[in-house]
Amino acid sequence: MAECHPVGFQWVMEAKARGAEVFHIDPRYTRTSAMADAHLPIRAGSDIVLLGALIHHVLAGEHDFREYVLAYTNAATIVSEDFRDTEDLDGLFSGFDPATRTYDPASWAYEAGGDVSGAMSEGEHAAQARLHADSARSDQYGSGGATAHHRARTDPTLRHPRCVYQVLKRHFARYTPEMVEELCGIPRADFRRLAEAVVANSGRERTTAWVYSVGWTQHTVGVQYIRAASILQLLLGNVGRPGGGILALRGHASIQGSTDIPTLFSILPGYLPMPDARMHGDLDGYLAHAAGDTGFWGNKRAYMVSLLKAWWGDAATEDNDYCFGYLPSVTGDHGTYATVLGQIDGTVKGYFVVGENPAIGSAGGKAQRLGLAGLEWLVVRDMTLVETATFWKDGPELETGEMRTEDIATEVFFLPAASHVEKEGTFTQTQRLLQWREKALDPTGDRRSDLWFYHHLGKRIRRRLSEDDVDRPLRDLTWDYPESGPHDDPSAEAVLREINGTGPDGRALSGYTELRPDGSTTCGCWIYCGVYADEVNQAARRRPGGEQSPVALEWGWAWPANRRILYNRASADPEGRPWSERKAYIRWDRDQREWTGPDVPDFERDKPPDYRPPEGATAQAAIGGADPFIMQSDGKGWLYVPAGLADGPLPAHYEPHESPVANSLYGTRANPARREYRRPETPYNSARFPYVITTYRLTEHHTAGGMSRTLPYLAELQPEMFCEVSPELAAEVGLVNGGWATIVTSRSAIEARVLVSPRIRPLRVQGRTIHQVGVPYHWGWAGGGVVTGDAANDLMPIVLDPNVYIQESKAATCDLLPGRRPHGRALLDLIEEYRRG
Amino acid sequence: MAERMGFFTDTSVCIGCKACEVACKEWNDVPDDGFLFRATSYDNTGGLGADTWRHVAFVEQFTRQGDSWLMASDVCKHCTHAACLDVCPTGALFRTEFDTVVVQPDVCNGCGYCVPACPYGVIDRRRDDGRAWKCTMCYDRLRGGLEPACAKACPTDSIQFGPLEELRARAGERLDTLHGAGVAEARLYGESPADGVGGDGAFFLLLDEPEVYGLPPDPVVTTRDLPRMWAFAGTAALSMAAAVALSFARRA
Repeated sequence: MAECHPVGFQWVMEAKARGAEVFHIDPRYTRTSAMADAHLPIRAGSDIVLLGALIHHVLAGEHDFREYVLAYTNAATIVSEDFRDTEDLDGLFSGFDPATRTYDPASWAYEAGGDVSGAMSEGEHAAQARLHADSARSDQYGSGGATAHHRARTDPTLRHPRCVYQVLKRHFARYTPEMVEELCGIPRADFRRLAEAVVANSGRERTTAWVYSVGWTQHTVGVQYIRAASILQLLLGNVGRPGGGILALRGHASIQGSTDIPTLFSILPGYLPMPDARMHGDLDGYLAHAAGDTGFWGNKRAYMVSLLKAWWGDAATEDNDYCFGYLPSVTGDHGTYATVLGQIDGTVKGYFVVGENPAIGSAGGKAQRLGLAGLEWLVVRDMTLVETATFWKDGPELETGEMRTEDIATEVFFLPAASHVEKEGTFTQTQRLLQWREKALDPTGDRRSDLWFYHHLGKRIRRRLSEDDVDRPLRDLTWDYPESGPHDDPSAEAVLREINGTGPDGRALSGYTELRPDGSTTCGCWIYCGVYADEVNQAARRRPGGEQSPVALEWGWAWPANRRILYNRASADPEGRPWSERKAYIRWDRDQREWTGPDVPDFERDKPPDYRPPEGATAQAAIGGADPFIMQSDGKGWLYVPAGLADGPLPAHYEPHESPVANSLYGTRANPARREYRRPETPYNSARFPYVITTYRLTEHHTAGGMSRTLPYLAELQPEMFCEVSPELAAEVGLVNGGWATIVTSRSAIEARVLVSPRIRPLRVQGRTIHQVGVPYHWGWAGGGVVTGDAANDLMPIVLDPNVYIQESKAATCDLLPGRRPHGRALLDLIEEYRRG
Repeated sequence: MAERMGFFTDTSVCIGCKACEVACKEWNDVPDDGFLFRATSYDNTGGLGADTWRHVAFVEQFTRQGDSWLMASDVCKHCTHAACLDVCPTGALFRTEFDTVVVQPDVCNGCGYCVPACPYGVIDRRRDDGRAWKCTMCYDRLRGGLEPACAKACPTDSIQFGPLEELRARAGERLDTLHGAGVAEARLYGESPADGVGGDGAFFLLLDEPEVYGLPPDPVVTTRDLPRMWAFAGTAALSMAAAVALSFARRA
């Protein structure tokens, strides 16, 4: 965190100053480790073993926060008789189809019985799940809980052998401290210290927070890493309470914003799913499958209709399904890697690359560049001529003879972009906080903001539209943002106001509970509704922290509804009393009959703790007064996920796709549902690659370097591509500090300067020494940089998590050679030799 | 004269982000220091010089006693007794109303006397123009009522700026806190007016011996002995003159 989020790390330092104990778990000893009370070096890709062992420690010692667990989680819910665990199937869950390598999750469901409402039949469910797994749709299950019976059978004594609590106990029984030592390389004594600290700092009086970033997500089991942390935190009562939570650090200034109002193919603004051509005929069909009917997703029609009204205005009417049919639909995997492979195959003709540099920033660099070369046209918008814009004249494949400039037919349009100080707008950061920034200066020359670009692109396209029906969706779009200045810049505030939404009177809405399903309200992103409440740009508020409560509700605006801690109803006990005065946050005021506290309650303000939903209730009315997780269809925190994940209802440790280590836990080595692409452009490593390689960022640079290699003041601080190795590995391979190393995988070989440091510690894993090689990925061959170097991502495989299609760039294998790499044909020969070997 | 202003750099909370180095260069328009991979931990600027006025040292200590990675942002000490200022023949170096020591680039003639005079090896001549450059404690910002760029940019308040007396008191409290927490190796460096330079305007809290960070253990103002040296020289000259006179007298 100190490495990649130094500004946010000030709050860790603040916590430390108040006595917090900080553990850092990372393959390398980093700047974060230097500030931590303890650093636990871990083998990259083994975190579920560690988290699983912590869960085992909590369950075996009955350290769970039992009242919280009983009241707020699905621990007591009974799972279907058909469910088989990894314990029964040697690393597989029930429902796995080896032919398609996908799961049918029907058997993971809760046991039918008791009151079942609003659920699909099991057959329906299985068919849906297959489609959902095929288009990264698990997010809608995860947030909406499409199939969880909100009143499934339970056993509050937690003794039923098929209740979630017992299922967990059995599942995690083999995740022992010995296994942590054997697979993670973390000695038992260090594990014990961590486990005892986590338990001692959880419960009524204390809370523990987990902080992660792409070190947890960029794996073929990335989603299950986060699930494992969720289970641990729910068991310990560390969710929805001050000082608790699982904090995802986002990698750029507004990457949170770019998921809320997404640049992802599988969702619409506010995490509404994209329509799927194979299952959604019309708006009703879409809504039937979009999310649960109970909990706050039960208002999905209001969210969706308001979105359609924001986009198509008066053209959207009840009679035409509010223009639902204008929306594009997905037909399967349209993720970034599927897109790139489609470019190579010639099925993807055009590509917008905006503020990214996939030629060196995405895994499988050569495949990325082959994809670019296969396009008819390419638009790159950036502040500098990044490698993605120049691959056709100076890419590494020209030197090796794999490409010739004269053969590349891609028409490349480079459009200079304004920087963040040259435009106004909001950043949405890690805490879901929207902060407005003013424009400090005008962009020079032809540089324009992205907002200007899309606004004027839209205008130009609309000028060329025909009267044909095929152009109707674009003709009907509301595209009337006020313009100003010499370049007709559209008003960013007008866009923010459209996102906020308006009511029947045309005034800005003040919150998403005002949204209506009848077309009388508009809203560009339901979770952002309220950011322009009272016609005021709430994101621009800058009241200093010292002048208000520590929760600082008047600094910026956090979605949803300006809440700073999500699910904060859980900070009080079922009766609405704080679990302890020390950790008091939100409470039920009996006299005023409302929830109150320093934050905006994440609960209906006047719903009493003893509220019990009536039969047949939908939306929030179906959530009881003691059920804090209001986005879930049952209001519970899910220790066990009966549907919605592509690779199992519980996290299980699988080795990375490429690993020098066998899976000691199960006969199933790697995630059976991972997405592989067996193609010549992205081959996978054989067993001959002995070392673990992990990629990361440095404080001094930003991602693929477009914003840092170009700046002398940053470039001089880390001027050359390097790799970090332990003194032991350096001795084994013959590397010299300050010298050169060649790093080889079956994808490519790159060269890097050598930094030998005891900060990279060899680990004892399965009784032998495992070496890890650390490689930052900021360098590329050009990019307008004052410093250049080989690209780490050229080494990495294209193999993905099956839920969200993220690549496994945190754990793969490699070999090391002393000295610089060969060039030209000789480079290909070297790789070929490794592939054959 | 305004109150004496200074820096207290608490290295126990430095996270090595180098924001101070970058902010300093941005504000003061200091050129880059070259693009050299030094293979010395994460330090690639090497040390203070004409083109690096804040420098973060990285010291890796991995021993049986425990692991640590010390980080410390070094800077001109703005000495109470500043030898650079003493030896400057042009008056380019002067003491400001904030009791800081600043070079005026339009006056400096590049004679370089100040360079060997500095007991810390801070001030340096720039290769291309020959003039001497170093931290000004952002004199222009101070005159505008702003804190120096490095302190402003520091995310963890490792670099603290303020009236020197206040900083000394705060540093003493911080030292007590750390000692109370069992960090016995914590110590202040340059805070004492009794040291060889009369106390630094920019002082530090260190977690090891100064030498570990590349700081002199017992700096002394290099002009301290000048009067005595002049006295010796004078005596010697007089003796010589007397001897010469005597020899002539004898001949006469």
